[in-house]
Amino acid sequence: MKSIQHFIDIWPGNFALQIIYLLSSITFIVGLKRLSSPDRARQGNLLAAAGMGLAILGTIFLHRSPISPDGSEGFRPIGNLVWIFGGIGLGTVLGWMMAMRVKMTAMPQMVSFFNGMGGACAALIGLIEYRGLSAHGGTADTGFLLIIYLGVWIGSVSFAGSMIAYGKLEERIKDFGGRSLQMVNLLFLGALVAAMAFGIAQPDAVPALPWIVAAGSLVYGVLFVLPIGGADMPVVISLLNSFTGIAAALGGFLYNNQVMLTGGILVGSAGTILTILMCQAMNRSLLNVLIGSFGGKGGAASATGEQVVKEISATDAAILCAYAQRVSIVPGYGLAVAQAQHTCHEFEKQLSEKGVEVTYAIHPVAGRMPGHMNVLLAEADVAYPKMLEMEDANPQMPNTDVVIVIGANDVVNPAAESDPSSPIYGMPIIHVDKARNVIVMKRSMGKGYAGIENQLFFGKNTRMLFGDAKSSLEKLVAEVKAL
Amino acid sequence: MEPIIAFFLEHQNFIFLLVLAVFLGVEVIANVPAVLHTPLMSGANAIHGVVIIGSIIVMGHAEPGDYLSLVLGFLAVVLGTLNVVGGFVVTNRMLEMFRKKTR
Repeated sequence: MKSIQHFIDIWPGNFALQIIYLLSSITFIVGLKRLSSPDRARQGNLLAAAGMGLAILGTIFLHRSPISPDGSEGFRPIGNLVWIFGGIGLGTVLGWMMAMRVKMTAMPQMVSFFNGMGGACAALIGLIEYRGLSAHGGTADTGFLLIIYLGVWIGSVSFAGSMIAYGKLEERIKDFGGRSLQMVNLLFLGALVAAMAFGIAQPDAVPALPWIVAAGSLVYGVLFVLPIGGADMPVVISLLNSFTGIAAALGGFLYNNQVMLTGGILVGSAGTILTILMCQAMNRSLLNVLIGSFGGKGGAASATGEQVVKEISATDAAILCAYAQRVSIVPGYGLAVAQAQHTCHEFEKQLSEKGVEVTYAIHPVAGRMPGHMNVLLAEADVAYPKMLEMEDANPQMPNTDVVIVIGANDVVNPAAESDPSSPIYGMPIIHVDKARNVIVMKRSMGKGYAGIENQLFFGKNTRMLFGDAKSSLEKLVAEVKAL
Repeated sequence: MEPIIAFFLEHQNFIFLLVLAVFLGVEVIANVPAVLHTPLMSGANAIHGVVIIGSIIVMGHAEPGDYLSLVLGFLAVVLGTLNVVGGFVVTNRMLEMFRKKTR
């Protein structure tokens, strides 16, 4: 207790800083809580942002570190202010520009990118701390080293993994490798853990070891994400998001900094739960996502013999919809790719004017991230109550006259329920095959992200409307207008 | 075993805080509707930007002549800021769209 009193005597500002950290921690908790209700989500985000700003400014101006461990030689303030403000200025301008310019359809990869930045930041902190430690020839205690190594490891994996996830969602990086690569990964991971254990047990043996661990972790991050199917990237991003949270919390241990610890762990645990929720939505376990190589197994459920699909013209499709009582729209990634959300809303409005009851049926993992479709449709001003979640949409399917599937594939594939050999067997789907008519908008007969055939396209109620989702919808809008 | 006990005793309060925060994180998220998964992930992403505080501290105590640490620290501050600013702005952009509808 004496040292605490001493600390306050020398630097009263520390008390103010701790209060600021406390307030910031509260804004993070309340902010996160509000982010889970549609009405107050935006408020929650702004609240957390304000808390973050407060914590950053408080740290810059009020933080003091003891020169010697017990603080007997006094305390020193944050130096290098020019560098710090320069870095914050540069980061703010860059971050703001990127965040404002990114299209709504590219949101998931943007989140992945920013997540990677946080991971890299955490890894760098560990590396610099280790440098400072060896420069002073200080006695490295085990706990301190453990935290540094864990921070470097988790931060680097999160950074490299996020960048690969980013590349995959941008469709610049293809799925690569399979189970054999997974085995290599396990060995690699074992080697990394062994290296860290050695570094902690023999701190002076290999001075460059943290750098080697960092480099190895970057490679591991790449190898870890490469074989995971592109369709599973949302789960991976969520998982890496919680990794970065844990890396940030480790920084909290390093500096005895409560706000880093609270913020980091909140995200670490909330991110883990979110990851599990996403896996549940696909009716799979996290392990299955990570080692299942979902995307790699093309044609596991190959169709028997030649099958013919029936096409429908835009005119016929428009008539079918306009004279229906109830129409349900099932959006998927194709809608996002074609940037067709506004045209889709336009079409929905026109049908509503004709007295058709139009709703959207949204699969939790449609698109490239849970809620991806909701964000897109919200951008196009679609009313919130019109977006039905899968559980609410499915019971209505038998009473639905027309289902329009726009660029969705795996989430409406009946094989998920009927074919135990299918890689997506067990995933809950939207039962569009129960509806009276199904119109599938698709660019071509290509397979979905999971690379498997879809029997729905050959169903007796199904008609295909080939073409880019946006131009097809534009044609439909024109046709309905002309009726 | 001894270092572990020493570590635990030294960081007792932090370890309690850690365990409680884990449960808090789970509880806070438990009832989130699927529509908000993306903004929530994005908002959480911005919050782990607190790591920037570590980069400020490490930067603030780097020796002025130690250029490697300065450059790495500068990089860490820039990346941390990207995480914070980008994260909150992207989340805000997503949520602005929801707000219009829920009025």
